[in-house]
Amino acid sequence: MTQDTIRQRDQRTGWLLVIPALVILLLVFAYPILRAFWLSLFAQNLGTQLQAEFTGFSNYGRLVGDSRFWQSLGNTTIFTILSIIAELIIGLGFALILNQTFRGRGLVRTIALIPWALPTAVMGLAWAWIFNDQFGVVNDLLLRLGILETGITWLGEPTRAMFALIFADVWKTTPFIAILLLAGLQSIPKDLYEAHAIDGASPVQSFWQITLPLIAPQILIALLFRFAQSFGIFDLVQVMTGGGPAGATETVSIYIYAMVRRYLDFGYGAALVVVTFLILVGAIALTAFLLAKARINVSGER
Amino acid sequence: MLKVQRPTTAKTIISPSRLLLWVGVVLMVGFCLAPVLWQLLTSFKTNAAIATIPTIYWPSWDQLTEAHYIGLGGEFLRYMGNSFFVSLISTCVCLLVGAPAAYSLARLKIPGENIILALVLIVSLFPYVLLFLGLLEIVKAVGIGNNYLALIIPYTAINLPLTILVLRSFFQQLPKDLEDSAKMDGYNTVEMLQHIVLPMTIPALVTTGILTFIFAWNEFIFALTFITRPEMQTIPVAVAKIGGASVFEIPYGPIAAATVLGTVPLVILVLLFQRRIVQGITAGAVKG
Repeated sequence: MTQDTIRQRDQRTGWLLVIPALVILLLVFAYPILRAFWLSLFAQNLGTQLQAEFTGFSNYGRLVGDSRFWQSLGNTTIFTILSIIAELIIGLGFALILNQTFRGRGLVRTIALIPWALPTAVMGLAWAWIFNDQFGVVNDLLLRLGILETGITWLGEPTRAMFALIFADVWKTTPFIAILLLAGLQSIPKDLYEAHAIDGASPVQSFWQITLPLIAPQILIALLFRFAQSFGIFDLVQVMTGGGPAGATETVSIYIYAMVRRYLDFGYGAALVVVTFLILVGAIALTAFLLAKARINVSGER
Repeated sequence: MLKVQRPTTAKTIISPSRLLLWVGVVLMVGFCLAPVLWQLLTSFKTNAAIATIPTIYWPSWDQLTEAHYIGLGGEFLRYMGNSFFVSLISTCVCLLVGAPAAYSLARLKIPGENIILALVLIVSLFPYVLLFLGLLEIVKAVGIGNNYLALIIPYTAINLPLTILVLRSFFQQLPKDLEDSAKMDGYNTVEMLQHIVLPMTIPALVTTGILTFIFAWNEFIFALTFITRPEMQTIPVAVAKIGGASVFEIPYGPIAAATVLGTVPLVILVLLFQRRIVQGITAGAVKG
């Protein structure tokens, strides 16, 4: 048998092995997105008795003037930016701690993983209870510390409800960032720090000049994953506030879900899906571009 | 500041950096465990103790009860069973479909390999809310609403990117000589996969399987949309429904008990497989 036919046979086997996975991925990911593009050109709602009627770009026209959509987009942006910043800072702190050697480190690492593993929808209820107006433990602790004079409303007040959501999200996802950053920290050779210390650098200087630049790729990867997840946050908001009070914590995903499931407006819901998808793709492309650049920088420095 | 690592510290004196480290450790452990412990405590308090102000942190014996757990009843075991079934099956399907694909992408140089990999990476970033509308149509058209296939297939799909990326990086690290000599001995690719590669892959399959199981167990939006019959619900949806069950009085005790029970299997998984989970997360996100 010649090299060529072996290679051809390998390729055929290769395709056979990949195809089942590809089919499932296309069915569950590609089809719904393409379908949303198509459906967004139709009116299909209670007004049309759920029959699809071609209306061109009118759904998108409606979207431009839909203040509820823009508010939800604003809420999502605030939620995403604030939660990611907090997660990065705290996650980096976690990673720095877990990178040290101390007694019981294995146990501490295990504990730090627990929030990541628990179901968001279930823990969202736990957080709603923690931030409860009457019996919540947050109010009780703040009263005991003398920070508050009387218990306050958390989930019923727009700003504080958003704060509570961000707090719960930070709790849930910081471990993920910490794990990624820890992997980055562990890949930094120790002699770099030693050489830097001999040159007279303080630990703080080492942190800014060695640690941060060298884990920049991991930071960007964490950012990328967290941005995508955070931008599509659904279960936490649905369970903790349901988007309330008065839409103050309604994210884009909550709005899309309500549009389809409560108002049964499939055409407009599809348009919302398309716009959210495009925003997400644009942001991901930007991060991926930065990521590619950061990799080059890192390898250039070594 | 935490980066100081000088072994010169005398044993009797705790250096400032060590002290700072331990303060950090205590804060971190507290942050991660407090909400879980608080649910645990609430779940064992009597209704009267739950509704006492100021909050009771150290309940006496007569303020404790196991009634909230008993109140959840056999129904709740059923939800656990549902979640277990769906998560386990989708994990198996995912490994069965994902492992061959990962091997092919690691070893058999098929044309378009990079495009497929890019596709896999991109879809792993999609929020599920973008998919449920299209999937809902399929589920209705095929008539698999209230059928676990409507969960198993999407769960397989959402876990495939991670499975493929983790296993691909594993296959790339396998020594190639082994496969070459197997081919010399007359095995074809599929036979070689079955008899030589697969047995060596089992640890990596376990790592991936734990992650996919956790993700399937925790999934919410598809389970909420495609399964409407109460007795078929999975844990996240069932627990969320308890939370919204009563308008006048929110049953905090039962909710707490439900959150504890619904999360126990995952806590056990984390305790047993911490190292593997960490490996899986880093391999899935960093290499690719």
